[in-house]
Amino acid sequence: MLDARPVPKSASPLVQVEGLTMHFPIYSGVLRRHTGDVKAVDGVSFTINAGETLGLVGESGCGKSTVGRALLRLYEPTAGRVIIDGEDVASLSPEALRKKRPTMQMVFQDPQASLNPRMTLSRIIGEPLDEHTDWAEAKKLDRIHELMDAVGLNRRFANRFPHEFSGGQRQRIGIARALALDPKFIVCDEPIAALDVSIQAQVVNLLEDMQEKLGLTYLFISHDLSMVRHIADRVAVMYLGKIAELSPRDDLYARPLHPYAEALLSAVNEPDPAIAAKRRRIILSGDVPSPANPPKGCNFCTRCPKVMDICRTVKPDLAEVEPGRLVACHLYTNTSAAGSTGAPEATERNQQGETR
Amino acid sequence: MTDTNLGVAAPETLRAAVWAQFRKHRGAVFGLVVLGLLILFSILGPLVWAPEKLTVVEALKSKNLGPGMSHPMGTDQLGRDQMQRMMAAGKVSLAVGFVAMIIAVFLGTLIGVLAGYFKRLDGPLMRLTDMFLALPLIPLLLVMVMLFRDKLSRQLGPEMGAFLLIVFAIGVTSWMHAARIVRGEVLALKEREYVLASRSIGATPRRVILRHILPNVVSPVMVAATLGVAEAIITESVLSFLGLGFPPDFPTWGRLLYEGLEYMQMYPERVIFPGLAISLTVLSVNYIGDGLRDALDPRIRGR
Repeated sequence: MLDARPVPKSASPLVQVEGLTMHFPIYSGVLRRHTGDVKAVDGVSFTINAGETLGLVGESGCGKSTVGRALLRLYEPTAGRVIIDGEDVASLSPEALRKKRPTMQMVFQDPQASLNPRMTLSRIIGEPLDEHTDWAEAKKLDRIHELMDAVGLNRRFANRFPHEFSGGQRQRIGIARALALDPKFIVCDEPIAALDVSIQAQVVNLLEDMQEKLGLTYLFISHDLSMVRHIADRVAVMYLGKIAELSPRDDLYARPLHPYAEALLSAVNEPDPAIAAKRRRIILSGDVPSPANPPKGCNFCTRCPKVMDICRTVKPDLAEVEPGRLVACHLYTNTSAAGSTGAPEATERNQQGETR
Repeated sequence: MTDTNLGVAAPETLRAAVWAQFRKHRGAVFGLVVLGLLILFSILGPLVWAPEKLTVVEALKSKNLGPGMSHPMGTDQLGRDQMQRMMAAGKVSLAVGFVAMIIAVFLGTLIGVLAGYFKRLDGPLMRLTDMFLALPLIPLLLVMVMLFRDKLSRQLGPEMGAFLLIVFAIGVTSWMHAARIVRGEVLALKEREYVLASRSIGATPRRVILRHILPNVVSPVMVAATLGVAEAIITESVLSFLGLGFPPDFPTWGRLLYEGLEYMQMYPERVIFPGLAISLTVLSVNYIGDGLRDALDPRIRGR
C-alpha cells in the first residue's frame, strides 16, 4: 500500500489546469430558451507532475468524469485553461488538437461499452495507429502484438471480438489501446468500477507496472477510496463541481482537513477490527444540492457538520493551508497557522471541531 | 484485416465467417435459392422459352387459354403467352425493386446519419424528412412523370427513360422511414463510449461514422432495405396502373396483376402467378436480409 515507487518525480508539472469550468446549458419552456446551467465543473484548478498519479475522488455526480473528459477536450470547456505538456488543450484548433491527441489518452469506465462490438481486437488496438501513423500493415501488427504482450493478452486473441472476453481482459484491451501511441498522460476514468474485486487489483497493478515502465502520468478518477490510496501520489477530493481538498495521499488519509474529505474518508472500511471499533463514522444528512442551483456560499454548507455563518454567503477559495495541502474551507482561512499544528490524528478531529 | 503472420491465429477471413454463419440460417438460404431462381427465370428464361409469334387470327383463337402444355401459364385476353410475359416482367420488376431500394436506403442512411451525428443538421434534415412524408405521393409522382417523361424518353428511349424515371421517383419518395430509423439509432450510438474513445484518439467525424456508426446501424438498415424492395415493386405497379409508369404494352409483375384483376373470377391463374412472384421475391429478400443481419453481427456469429 505504501510502496515507494522508483518513478523519478520531476518538479515540472506535465498537466496544469486553471479554472476549468464546464457548464451544460439547460433549455426549457416551449421556446427552448436557455434558462440555466448545470455547473458540472465550476472552476477547478490543479497540477499533475510528470510521472505522478493524481487521484480524483468524490461521490457520484460531483463532476469527476466531466473533469476527465473536459481535460482531453471531449467536451468543449466553458472556461479555463488545460495546459498539457506546454500547450493549452482547451484552445487548440481542431487540427492541432488532433496532432496533440497522441500525448493524452483515456481509459474508460465500462470496458464493455468502450469497445466496438463489431471490431476485432487487433483493429481496436490498432485504431490509434490507423489514425496517427502511416505504417505498413505488418509494422502496425507488430506494434499491436507488442502492446498485447505488454498488457498480458495472448497474441492468439488478435482476431477475436470483444464479446468473447471477460471484463478484466476487455479492460486490458482498453489499456492497450490507450498505450498504442506512447502517451505521456492518461486519464483513467473509473477504470475499475465495472470490474469484479478480484480483477480490480490485477488491472490496477497493470496500470502501475505501465507507469513504472513508461513513466506515465495518470489522472485516476475513482470513487473507490482504498484503491486511490493504493495508486495515487496526491488526491483531490471533489464535491459538487469544485475541489474541496487537494493533498498528498498519506496526509489526506491520515488527517483530512476539509470536513467533506473527513466525512468521505470516514466511510472507508477498516480491515483491522481493533481500529474499526474505534472508528468514528461521520454520517452526513441531506442530499447533494442540484448542480444547476448550487448554494450561494460554500457548496458544502448545506450538509457540513462544522458550518459557520460565513460559509452560507462566501465561497471559499482553494488555498494552501499547509505545505502541499490545498483546502477550500473557511475553517482554515482565518486560523491557517493554528490548524496546522501536528496534533495526534485521533484527537485532531475533535480538536478542530472544538476550536470553532 | 485479419493478418496472421504468426500462424497461431485462425486463418478465417471475415468473409468466410460471414458466409459460414449465413449458411446456418435456413430461411436465408431458402431465400437466396428462391431469389436466384426468380432471377434466372427472368434473365435466362426467354432464351429457353420462346413461343413462336402468332398471327392476329391465331392469337384471337388462343386467347384466354388455361395453363397447358403449349402455354404453361395460359394466355391473356389478347392471346399472348403468359409465361413469356412473366419473364419479361420479372426482369423489369426485380430491377426496379432493387435499384429503387438501393436509392432509398442510400438516401435514408445518408440523411439519417448526418441528422443524427451532426446536431446542427438535425433540425433542418428532419424537417425535410417530415416534409417529404407529408407530400401526397401520387400527385407528386404524377407531376414528376409529366415533367420529365418525354425529355427522358427522347434522350434514352421510352423504356430506359421510363425505368430511370420510375426508379428515381420511387427512391426519392421512400427514403424517409429509413432516415428516421437510422437517425434514432445514430443518436443512441454516438453517446456510446467507443465513439468517445475514438474521438479521444483523434478520429475525424468521417472516420468515426465509417468505422463505428455505420457498421452498427446495419440491422435497421437491413430491415428498411428488405421492406423497401417489396414497397418499390408494388409502387411501380400502382404507377403503371395509373398510366404513369411504363408504356401499356410493357409488362411488369404489378401490371400483370392489375390486368388479371378483371378476369380474376374466370381465370384466377392470371392473378396467382404474378402475385406469387411478387410475394416470393419479398419473402426471400426478407429472409436474406434477416440472415445477413445475423451473419454480420459478431455476437451472433460466435455461437
